[in-house]
Amino acid sequence: MSRYRKIFNRIFASIFLVVLLSVNQQSFAADGEALFKANCAACHKVDKDFTGPALKGWKDRVPGGDWIYRWIANSAEVIASGDAYAVKLFNDHNKTQMTAFHNQLKKEDVDAILKYVDDWAPPVAAPSALGGETGTSNDSLIFGILTMVLALIAFVLLQVNSNLRKLSDEKEGVIRPEPVPVYKNKTYIMVAILVLFTVGGFYTINAAIGLGRQQDYQPQQPIFYSHKVHAGTNQISCLYCHGGAQDSKQASIPSVNVCMNCHKAIDKYEGPDELVRENGVKVDGTAEIQKLYAYAGWNSSTKSYNPDNDNDGMPDGSKPIEWIKIHNLPDHVYFNHSQHVKVGKQQCQTCHGNIQEMPEVHQFAPLSMGWCINCHRQTKVDFYDKDNGTGNKFYSIYEKFHNDLKNHKMDSVTVESIGGTECQKCHY
Amino acid sequence: MKKKYWQSFGELNYTESFQESTKNEFKEELPLADLDDKGILEATTPRRDFLKYLGFSTAAAAIAASCEVPVHKAIPYLNKPDNEIPGVANYYASTYVNGGDTIPVVVKQRDGRPIKIEGNELSTITNGGTNAQAQASVLDLYDNTRLRYPMQKDGKSFKEVTSFDAFDKMVGADITGKSIALLTGTINSPTTLQLINEFISKHPGSRHVQYDAVSYSGMLQANEACYGKRAIPSYHFDNAKVIVSLSADFLGTWLSPVEFAYQYSKGRKVTGEKVELNRHIQFESMISLTGSNADDRYTHKPSQIGAVALALAAKLGVAVTAPSIADARLAKGIDDTVAALNANKGAALVVCGSNDVNVQIIVNAINEAIGANGKTINWGMTSNYKNGIDADMVKLIDDMNSGTINAVLVYGVNPAYSYSDSKKFKDAFAKVTSVSFNAAMDETTELCKYILPAHHWLESWGDAEPKTGYYSLIQPTINPLFKTRAFQTSLIKWSAAAGSMVNDYETYFKTYWNAKLGSVDVYEKALQDGVIEPASMPVAGGTYNGAKTAEAAAALASVKGAETEIYFYEKVSIGNGSQANNPWLQELPDPLTKVTWDNYAMISPAMAKALVGIDVMTMEGGQQSNYEVHPEKPVIKVTAANGKSVELPVIVLPGMNKNTIALAVGYGRESANKEDTATNIGKSANGAGKNVYPLIGFSGTNVNFSVATAEKTGATYPLAQTQIHGFTEGRAILHETNLKSYNANPEALLEEVAKERESITAGGSKDFINDATIYPNFEKPGIKWGMSIDLNTCTGCSACVIACTAENNVSVVGKQQVQRFHDMQWLRIDRYFTGDMENPDVVFQPMLCQHCDNAPCENVCPVAATNHSSEGLNQMVYNRCIGTRYCANNCPFKVRRFNWLDFTGADSFPDNQKPILGGYMDESVMQMNDDLTRMVLNPDVTVRSRGVMEKCSFCVQRLQDSKLEAKKQQNPKLVRNVKTACMQACPTHAISFGNVNDKESDVYKIRNVDQKHRSFYVLEHLHVLPNVNYLAKVRNTDRHIGGEEAEA
Repeated sequence: MSRYRKIFNRIFASIFLVVLLSVNQQSFAADGEALFKANCAACHKVDKDFTGPALKGWKDRVPGGDWIYRWIANSAEVIASGDAYAVKLFNDHNKTQMTAFHNQLKKEDVDAILKYVDDWAPPVAAPSALGGETGTSNDSLIFGILTMVLALIAFVLLQVNSNLRKLSDEKEGVIRPEPVPVYKNKTYIMVAILVLFTVGGFYTINAAIGLGRQQDYQPQQPIFYSHKVHAGTNQISCLYCHGGAQDSKQASIPSVNVCMNCHKAIDKYEGPDELVRENGVKVDGTAEIQKLYAYAGWNSSTKSYNPDNDNDGMPDGSKPIEWIKIHNLPDHVYFNHSQHVKVGKQQCQTCHGNIQEMPEVHQFAPLSMGWCINCHRQTKVDFYDKDNGTGNKFYSIYEKFHNDLKNHKMDSVTVESIGGTECQKCHY
Repeated sequence: MKKKYWQSFGELNYTESFQESTKNEFKEELPLADLDDKGILEATTPRRDFLKYLGFSTAAAAIAASCEVPVHKAIPYLNKPDNEIPGVANYYASTYVNGGDTIPVVVKQRDGRPIKIEGNELSTITNGGTNAQAQASVLDLYDNTRLRYPMQKDGKSFKEVTSFDAFDKMVGADITGKSIALLTGTINSPTTLQLINEFISKHPGSRHVQYDAVSYSGMLQANEACYGKRAIPSYHFDNAKVIVSLSADFLGTWLSPVEFAYQYSKGRKVTGEKVELNRHIQFESMISLTGSNADDRYTHKPSQIGAVALALAAKLGVAVTAPSIADARLAKGIDDTVAALNANKGAALVVCGSNDVNVQIIVNAINEAIGANGKTINWGMTSNYKNGIDADMVKLIDDMNSGTINAVLVYGVNPAYSYSDSKKFKDAFAKVTSVSFNAAMDETTELCKYILPAHHWLESWGDAEPKTGYYSLIQPTINPLFKTRAFQTSLIKWSAAAGSMVNDYETYFKTYWNAKLGSVDVYEKALQDGVIEPASMPVAGGTYNGAKTAEAAAALASVKGAETEIYFYEKVSIGNGSQANNPWLQELPDPLTKVTWDNYAMISPAMAKALVGIDVMTMEGGQQSNYEVHPEKPVIKVTAANGKSVELPVIVLPGMNKNTIALAVGYGRESANKEDTATNIGKSANGAGKNVYPLIGFSGTNVNFSVATAEKTGATYPLAQTQIHGFTEGRAILHETNLKSYNANPEALLEEVAKERESITAGGSKDFINDATIYPNFEKPGIKWGMSIDLNTCTGCSACVIACTAENNVSVVGKQQVQRFHDMQWLRIDRYFTGDMENPDVVFQPMLCQHCDNAPCENVCPVAATNHSSEGLNQMVYNRCIGTRYCANNCPFKVRRFNWLDFTGADSFPDNQKPILGGYMDESVMQMNDDLTRMVLNPDVTVRSRGVMEKCSFCVQRLQDSKLEAKKQQNPKLVRNVKTACMQACPTHAISFGNVNDKESDVYKIRNVDQKHRSFYVLEHLHVLPNVNYLAKVRNTDRHIGGEEAEA
């Protein structure tokens, strides 16, 4: 019996160790981080002023009480109420209206985001043996050390236990073999292998799942086209160029003739900001416009298109621009832009990030299935309210949800409730 | 004994081999031939090799995975067309034309590529119906055997002519001063006919010869004799209470099957308190698609058709002598038919598929006697589907030989293949200057001196006048893929006076129609609608002249039959063979025989016993017992009266006349040099069946039967059949009754089903859905999709199967794989026989995924790759599927399809196209892997890769699209407009689809109000709760179907 107990003890201790090693309190913060990235990061940074103010230290700035919740729920309302701080904030930031989030964020979500902001520390270049893990906060470092210390204590205790048992056995006259040294002890070796296998497997699988994902992908494009200049400084509507986003599954990259609508007249870059690549190299905007002219077959000195001598219906020398596609979805995924933009009324920035601040576009979102599903679980649909006739009338067929809402069996109808997380909504 | 449905003789007679075969649900044997009896370790693939491969593939995968993600380019338009939004489909009205066959259609175009053909619902002729050939023709556009540029003969091969101008000059010089024959199929395009006339007037001595591979010359000439018009009237099957067909396959291939099927189905719909149906009686030699839909059918030898017509005529009061009919059943059938016709004068119609002018004259006399003229036969508008006269072709050959005609322009026909005496044609053809305008290389084009390929109809402008005053316009939906030119442009160029303004067909067409319609606005509206129709339908009778009747009767009385006769027919898939290189059509199972990729000799069980020694009644032991369960079929040699013979495998089919061998035309396409067939005519046409056109008898007019002798050869030939996929095992799959019983008590039809439901519901509860199972019933809060299929109006024409294939990127697997039961069609049409073997009744039942709410497939998937949606869809998730195939095993309807190979080139590993064990992938499948052919794929549907399961999705991409539109418009009613591909294609509107939760939807009303007495679910007692319901068949006959009550 005692033999079994020993094995049991060791296994229990090992499991305890593994559990200790793997559990940390990141889950809550990660949630906040995801929410922050999905909802706030388009306009806010934690440490720097951006479209909106830096969020770090919000507690010391904003009036107390539930002000912060009211502001996030619907800032226009707070400003309209004449709240002094709200008005000041609005004026200080170019009178840019903050999106109202009462449909998207619950109080817990806001708390999670604020907690994330409070806990946020500038990223430290942490050389991690296992690689890849980012965003380890100070807390988890402490927890890590604590875990190691506890593990050591547990190990020492196990050793002490076994020595004591040996002594007591000797006293009772039970002859026991010499204890096997730790590095030869099969139990320990087995435990070590198991731990390595579990941890290694965890990271291998994570890495495998990440294959083909390209978050932060930022290739160099054939023309240095700055969304910051067009959508940011010049405030051109996204849909002017990406009209497909409201009609089609594809947002579509504009054809060259759309570029030329403006660039027939604008042949120089005279913007306020210097154009700089991510790697610090400066870019001559005027030269980039000349590249566009070459593609379009436009002669900038005569201000006319080249003649069409080869009768292909296009100016001679013109050719389509081979942009490098950044946002790639696998072939088995059906994604429809118009569904999200027109029906779901989502902002472009929700998925594409703060595009109007990007000189060169990078992939903001992971575009993973988990990321899609997460949003579908949280986002509420524009549910039809029979009593006052608001919302999308399509949803009037969901009689049951209407009743459930009325009877408070349900507090909101999310995309998930209408089947938005079912397989064949995106895979067919 | 309850009435019994059977799919095979073995099932009917419960033979030894059948019992053996039923033990193994999946027929295919594991091809472990390599293993011998040496045990697994000594086998060629032992365990160590397995481990080596495993290790290597893991390492390879790791290396492959660590490679960088490939760079994808996104290349927008240089100048985007205004009406084009990438990712949004455009629809253009156009017209499918193929040698006189005319179907107004709407073409779905995605990003500049036509990808799907739909029926044009604005046409009152077809009412939105299509057929298999029209559905499949989109694939012909991307056929890689299409000719790519103008050519001229250079020794044995052809060389490119670099420009159209050079071609015009060269050919212009060659044909100047010659007497030219324009040899075309039936042309019903007003502009083309006008251009042909202009051309002929510019080239004296020239003429236009219309040639139909399957000729209606007898009918045209009979009408000329009786009504003074060499034309075919319009038929109104919808006005007929009694329809008698003498060998006319009007639901499958005769004249205008889409139009007739719609009219016919109107009289087959079960509606109202006191149900009235039309009565359809068929006299025929083989069992045709139309015959299998008939209320009563009688068989006779092909040569007896005249006797049957005469007997009918005589008894209806026409002054002819009735010949004696020896067959008692047939004689009684004639009497019954006469009684039915007499009772419905003015509301009856007799049609006849014979090409014998004398038979057609008698049929005209019959129609006069029953008052059909002006009622069910409308001379107010003629049908312009077929104009070819056999004698014209004979004269053309004579003139080519004599030198009266010394140049021939061929457009859209292939007489070197389809003419009955093709050698005579070829010899004469060699003597003249020949130009071919055919779009693809074929037997005739190979012989031509010059080739100027014409556009595919999807690339063309054009028009058609299928019926007098009813026009249908053709507009291009894609720029010509190759350097091709419209046939009409050549006519213009080669006949126009110098300095003419109009020198291309597009301009000519627009000028013509703008002038005819009066204004640009009307023209553009017509182009958008696709059809121009008169405000009201002209109806008129013809002036009948019965003078020739006696002469015809005398001629018919002298027809001598023989012991064995051949009957020639067209299949609904391949037709006359012009689309033989279409793999979709080749793989479409024949509705009755379920054979793909081949033609064969169809014979009766009696003839099988006498000729090849197969007794389907007993099937004991030896090779003969394998007849049904193995693809190898005995081959017979059939020799026609003209001495030509063909060797074909036999298919034994109940309902065949016992003295008749039925052979399908349209197969056996072959280049002059046999090795070139695959490259010239195509990989799919290559090796598919044998050409039987040469066997057709010719006696001044083409007749579609021939006296024959047949002998056993001893050889066998494998046929790929999809029939033996499953059998009823006496289960409740079908319900049907006759009209009398139904009218007497409609509830009796499904009484037993209701009782059974009650008996398996626990605790006396009435709630079958919730209380007959231990599983919970999940709510469908918003939409619940459902389909209803009416077995009364489903004719088995198979248009839906091709529509489904086109819409859902369903793979072609090739003959070899069909033989191994690896066929992929999501929708199949099950065919059940009932009754005896000589005169069975047939039921067609389209079978697709039933989207069970309590689905057996879902429970067994280890990775939840198939599961249920809150809208009632049984979802199949390809990217999650690991290919255990448990679901297919557990599906009671056997509708799941497994990708045994990478059939459509979806994978990046080319090895996935090679079977690991046994077999190979046919060349024709590789044809579907070509970059050009793959342009037909629907971009909204995943192309499935090897190793995943697939099945009908209820066209979920269309459902999603309709919901999106409804959400955008904020109007839930818009989802009522959704149509699945099969439903859209159906010429008889047998399929209804919609949201069952919506009480205004068609499908709700059918199930709960209009058709509640007929609505049943297949295998309902399994409590799988299907979302597809069927409407029981009601036949308009007094017989008890399948001997149900007689045996009780």
